[in-house]
Amino acid sequence: MTTSERAPDPLLEVRDLRVTFREGTDQQVEAVDGISFEVHPGEVLAIVGESGSGKSITAHSVLGLLPPLATVAGSIRLRRRTSGRPEELIGLSSGAMRRIRGAEVAMIFQEPSTALNPVYTIGWQIKEALRAHSRVSGRTARDMVVEILRRVGIPEPEKRVGYYPHQFSGGQRQRIVIAMALIQNPDLIIADEPTTALDVTVQAEILDLLRAHRDEAGTAIVLITHNMGVVADLADRMVVMYQGCVVETGPVSEVFEQPQHPYTRNLLAAVPRVGVQSAREPVAAPDRIAVEGRDVVIEYPAGFRRASFRAVNSVSFRIAAGEVLGLVGESGSGKTSLGRAVAGLNPISSGSLVALGQELKGISRGKLRSSRKDVGFVFQDPATSFNPRIRLFDCLAEPFIVNNSTERPQLRQAVNELFDLVHLPRSFAERFPHELSGGQRQRVGIARAIALRPSLIIADEPTSALDVSVQAQILTLFTELQDELNYACLFITHDLAVVDMLAHRTAVMRRGEIVEQGATREVLLHPQHEYTQQLIGSLPVPDPAVQRDRSSRRQAVTS
Amino acid sequence: MSGVQGSGVGPAVDEHAEKIDAYASARNSQIAGALRAFARRRSALVGLAVLLLIIAFTVITPFLWKYSYSDITVDFSAAPGWRHPFGTDSIGHDLFAQTLRGIATSLKVATLVALLSTVVGTVVGAVAGYFGRAWDAVLMRVADLIMTIPVLAITLVLANVLGAKGSSWFLLSLVLSAVLWIPLSRLVRGTLLSLMKNDYIDAARMLGASDRRIIIRHLLPNAAGPIIVDATLMVGRAIIVAASMEYLGLGIQAPEVSLGLLIQRGQGAATTQPWLFGFPALFLVLIILSVNFVGDGLRDALDPRRTV
Repeated sequence: MTTSERAPDPLLEVRDLRVTFREGTDQQVEAVDGISFEVHPGEVLAIVGESGSGKSITAHSVLGLLPPLATVAGSIRLRRRTSGRPEELIGLSSGAMRRIRGAEVAMIFQEPSTALNPVYTIGWQIKEALRAHSRVSGRTARDMVVEILRRVGIPEPEKRVGYYPHQFSGGQRQRIVIAMALIQNPDLIIADEPTTALDVTVQAEILDLLRAHRDEAGTAIVLITHNMGVVADLADRMVVMYQGCVVETGPVSEVFEQPQHPYTRNLLAAVPRVGVQSAREPVAAPDRIAVEGRDVVIEYPAGFRRASFRAVNSVSFRIAAGEVLGLVGESGSGKTSLGRAVAGLNPISSGSLVALGQELKGISRGKLRSSRKDVGFVFQDPATSFNPRIRLFDCLAEPFIVNNSTERPQLRQAVNELFDLVHLPRSFAERFPHELSGGQRQRVGIARAIALRPSLIIADEPTSALDVSVQAQILTLFTELQDELNYACLFITHDLAVVDMLAHRTAVMRRGEIVEQGATREVLLHPQHEYTQQLIGSLPVPDPAVQRDRSSRRQAVTS
Repeated sequence: MSGVQGSGVGPAVDEHAEKIDAYASARNSQIAGALRAFARRRSALVGLAVLLLIIAFTVITPFLWKYSYSDITVDFSAAPGWRHPFGTDSIGHDLFAQTLRGIATSLKVATLVALLSTVVGTVVGAVAGYFGRAWDAVLMRVADLIMTIPVLAITLVLANVLGAKGSSWFLLSLVLSAVLWIPLSRLVRGTLLSLMKNDYIDAARMLGASDRRIIIRHLLPNAAGPIIVDATLMVGRAIIVAASMEYLGLGIQAPEVSLGLLIQRGQGAATTQPWLFGFPALFLVLIILSVNFVGDGLRDALDPRRTV
């Protein structure tokens, strides 16, 4: 379809694109403010930026997928397959737009669990993508679907075409979403954060798949991402967006090596890297133990037509007083179940788990409640961890009120101190949670956890929902507070680089078991277990040269 | 806005007092904001105005109007005109007086039913949803059991047994509430179950908050939207269900009137004397609509995430 030599004129040319949203009756919000870029055939262009930068809106406007409240101005020209000439997409009728969608420009969505319809087989859904644009007989369609499934690496495609989405893993579902995009053999694929919802090892496979397709079919890819490692892995050129504007454009290697704009520099500096810090050494001879687990088993009981599920299988570990233990694992590894058990939010089925001198196995409700003031919990999602109906003052005063630890007149003082500790203005006390950004809310979440000066904090992926630069600030704050208040901490994360920054010791979990634990430096620099090595190998490094080298080596090993 | 930010060097007393003031004024502005949000919804404002107007009308007019609802006039089956704006029925009741009286009794029943069944339904639903297990099983089975009892049969029996004593609006309200709390309790239970998946519930638990505090402070305020909407719908439902009970002889009986009773009586002659049925029905629709509009407005006004 596409020529192998690079055509002089671009496939997609965006000029001075402006997208404004009407908000309320008379307010206008500029989401995209006059940006220009182009995509050449066979090129991978990364659009990089943090949430709210307008990168997704830019991509959606190419396909005309914006909500009706949006107004688009400027020019988006696509070289059409039929005429070979560039044609304006803005203002195109919905019928004409539909002929382009899927056939010439296809989209890959972020969340594979919601991009597929649960009530149809995947074969039917891919066939639907095919039938939307071309008349094919049932027999040929089926053959094409099987063929495309084979190409995206679904094992036993002849059998699997009749399966439903829930019968696949998250990574496989994303492969199926990619198959739907590829079946029409489009000239351009827009991938909106295609690996954000996936684990690192799966992310690496999906990136390999996209790269292989580009190399074979010469399809151009617009890759929207916030992950610099992904950019380094796959992209040829990059566009850095900030608050609706393009602040920097250029070949990936150049931008990484010599970022011109201060925002790009900050963004690159904020990316945590493995094996760079490793400054925190474990406590040599701990005098007190904060948490000790022996053969901890956590089982979820069998329910209606559901077998019982063992989330954590005979795990032993220990956290010394004042020590941070990083608990690393992919989704479904049981790390969150273990963290919640330490907090007393989940019961343990067998074994022994002692937190702050209190055995948690079979503990009574009353005892559990009274022991809780010594344990703080920082939640993953700042959007759901605050009661939307109460002000932050009431939210931060609650720990004191519930435990009767502070007289009413002193509450204001206590809350102010908490705001100071997490570097937020005291005036935030009068605000509601939705009036804060995600990073600010996570600061309040930390403030709530440390309000009663607990000697143990459990942090469940507190930064995974945040942008990189915000994540860096939160981690710095966390380290600072830990130094100051010297609590023991179980820090749960899927990101090895985060562990590297703040954990004294690290434990790696897989399928309910701890496969490796030790001093963070040892685990990251000299991983013993094969799985840890695989994890570290899959982690994209924000350095194009290094990452290219790593991914080609990884492919050589896997193939 | 308060102008008292800063890094805080020493707890100055003035500064502290000022902050409490700022806090209080923020509270006040919150109430003002809720009122503004309510007022911005034209339908809510209109609904409230209509409702207040109807109530005022039913309270004041009986003192001014020449006929009482129980008077029997010499005009039989008169069409609406100057003497009888809503017409009269076949034995000479002035329908204007009767409709106003009917609105008053129906509103009394509906308000009491909405109040009682909302409170019972919320408490039962909250306990079942929050504590789960045995609580949930027992309470929800009790609810199922009540649902399986044929309400009309019970009503007939009650009407028979109680006879004249049964003709009280209070008893009718109790019988209606005993049935109408069930759908609401299911709604509250379901809403709580989904709200409990939020991290802020675990967060409150981690602070050592009591079950009562978690339910009252964290769960119910967030379930307020569906509860308010359902409570307002309950007003309309109560008026309609009350009508069928009255037809069977329980609750309000002649010479007392209610909207349901009037509609029930008038519908037989709907083609020949449409006013008998039309005016009470019109007011029934007006009341139900305006209560629902007010409910919608309340729901939005009480949500701190509203855009004002």
